[in-house]
Amino acid sequence: MLRFLAGLVGVGFVSALLIAFLMPREKVEPAAASIYHLPEKEVKFSFDGPFGTYDKEQLQRGFQVYKEVCSACHSMKLVAFRDLEEIGFSKPEVKAIAKQWAVEVPSINPDTGEAATRKALPSDYFPSPYANETAARAANNNALPPDMSLLAKAREGGAHYIYSIVTGYQVQPADLLKRFPDAKTPTGLHYNPYFANLNIAMPPPLVADGQVTYADGKKATVDQMAQDASAFLMWAAEPKLENRHRWGIVVIIYLLIATGLAYGAYRNIWRDKKH
Amino acid sequence: MSFPWAENYAPKNPLMKWLDAKLPLPRLVYNAVGAGYPVPRNLNYFWNFGVLAGLALTIQIVTGIILAMHYASNSDMAFTSVEGIMRDVNAGWLLRYMHMNGASMFFVVVYIHIFRGLYYGSYKAPREMVWLLGVVIFLLMMATAFMGYVLPWGQMSFWGAQVITGFFSAIPLVGDPIHTWLLGGFAPDNAALNRFFSLHYLLPFVIAGVIILHIWALHIPGSNNPTGVEVKGPQDTVPFHPYYTAKDGMGVGVFLLVFAVMMFFYPNALGHPDNYIQANPLSTPAHIVPEWYFWPFYAILRAFTVNWLWIPAKLWGVLAMFSSILLLFFLPWLDNSPVRSANYRPAYRIAFWVLVLDVLILGWIGKSPAEEPYVRIGQIAAAYYFAHFLLIVPIIAAVEKTKPLPNSISESVLHGEAEEAAPIGVGSAH
Repeated sequence: MLRFLAGLVGVGFVSALLIAFLMPREKVEPAAASIYHLPEKEVKFSFDGPFGTYDKEQLQRGFQVYKEVCSACHSMKLVAFRDLEEIGFSKPEVKAIAKQWAVEVPSINPDTGEAATRKALPSDYFPSPYANETAARAANNNALPPDMSLLAKAREGGAHYIYSIVTGYQVQPADLLKRFPDAKTPTGLHYNPYFANLNIAMPPPLVADGQVTYADGKKATVDQMAQDASAFLMWAAEPKLENRHRWGIVVIIYLLIATGLAYGAYRNIWRDKKH
Repeated sequence: MSFPWAENYAPKNPLMKWLDAKLPLPRLVYNAVGAGYPVPRNLNYFWNFGVLAGLALTIQIVTGIILAMHYASNSDMAFTSVEGIMRDVNAGWLLRYMHMNGASMFFVVVYIHIFRGLYYGSYKAPREMVWLLGVVIFLLMMATAFMGYVLPWGQMSFWGAQVITGFFSAIPLVGDPIHTWLLGGFAPDNAALNRFFSLHYLLPFVIAGVIILHIWALHIPGSNNPTGVEVKGPQDTVPFHPYYTAKDGMGVGVFLLVFAVMMFFYPNALGHPDNYIQANPLSTPAHIVPEWYFWPFYAILRAFTVNWLWIPAKLWGVLAMFSSILLLFFLPWLDNSPVRSANYRPAYRIAFWVLVLDVLILGWIGKSPAEEPYVRIGQIAAAYYFAHFLLIVPIIAAVEKTKPLPNSISESVLHGEAEEAAPIGVGSAH
């Protein structure tokens, strides 16, 4: 009886699925993005792979790019000035960076209690360029510049993706417009084949070599700045990466020895038992 | 209950004697996982995975309790508090990645454990209760994992919760009020997050309780083995300790190695990048995908695309998804072949491997977007899944010609040789 009922249920599910399988499908025309979207560019970062580490000089340069270029529109709410000590800035340097930050921290007037602002301290998180989402959208053609704290982990491809986007702006290909006359990049957007739908609201952020003058004297080509900024964003998203890799290697060595010993114990105990 | 030749617990130390008279807890442990539990001598490595699942649960509970000390279950603070754990709590990144990848490892070992049971017929009499309790544990695990994934309050947390709780609105007539009542609102928000956190903390302890019942029920008939032939005498078994404690010790080492590689070097490989974006009810992700261990079931849910027999497609999908697990409760009676192990069931063995392939295909479809050709492949794969359990297995059980079974476990191992005939070193060959 049970097997008969089960058979009926089985026939029910299978028939519903076979009918769904046989239903004719509407023909879907491929979208421009499915043909012209490109995978991330090949670029080598010091933190790639299981033994990867951060290059602190690169992170400092990347921070400079963030400070002078990205931070005009992008917030970084989860990173504090004090965290910059981890990438090699000294305490006084961090204090100075916080104090000189272009945006001040919301505060209150200690006498009247009215809203005010004050200079940032090392314990503060990076102040956001806009007061709120509405202000950010109003200033950016209704697009919202995403917070950058976790950007390198919140996109498929991570730092490689960010590098590809920043260096990936192009003129829209003529054959794309020939095949998809409706897919012309709207005004206010920018053609970028590394972006999911090909048209990104962000204007090219790095346009000329020397846009930033590096404190360490490194030549600031667009490619160099893009790499440095991407590396810095990876650090911002995953500040404990080096720690994690170091612990990982020690733990794996320990476990290899322990497992080897356990295997020896197992063979020893079973040596005269056929199984 | 145990076999009559099981070793007896006999404490020598006066303190242990005293304890045994007042509270025989050491005796319980001795009989459960010590020398007092005789186990078939021929278990292969697939029998390591029950212990590994227990270890995975323990890791989840320990890391989870510490994480809960730093986590804020409030929809405004949850996301930031998780990032606070990652950045500012001492070794917080370690705890959080352990918990995150530990959930995946738990499912990996449990899936292997379940498929081992399917292959060797461990669900059959006299172990039906072990199997039934196992399915209960699996359901509890799925509920716990789902609610845990909501807690960081990222985009996939929120939209996953939206999709999964949406199942309840497929119930005819009362669906919408039930949906609202369960969520404490019209969409997942602070009320839902708080109750998910409460239940996510509760359910692992319920799982631990059901695991005790699962092991208790196992100890009545004793463990199954690769031949599926029942234990006949003392020559068929070895005491759990030291034989299987040693073997499990090595299994634990291998498990932890795989776990460590994932956790330290690829901690986000199994996660979705969108979950590092804070939940935003106004912005739907391009593709909503659950965690990998739900992909096969998600594929079954989405395979039903037409209204059929007056039942709407959505309800078909929800019914099918729940049925795909609930049917496991009936498996011991759907498959009434007297032979347990697939090693002696040529037709069932083929069906088993096709099922494994089918579930892998369903997983791949569950991950893929709802476009052609994925939808059609998913529909065939889902149909095969139901056909396997509800049609093919009962038919095979009725018509299959099975291979002759060995007379006993020891015969299958020793092939008539005496134990002592094997010289040291050769004796441990399989």
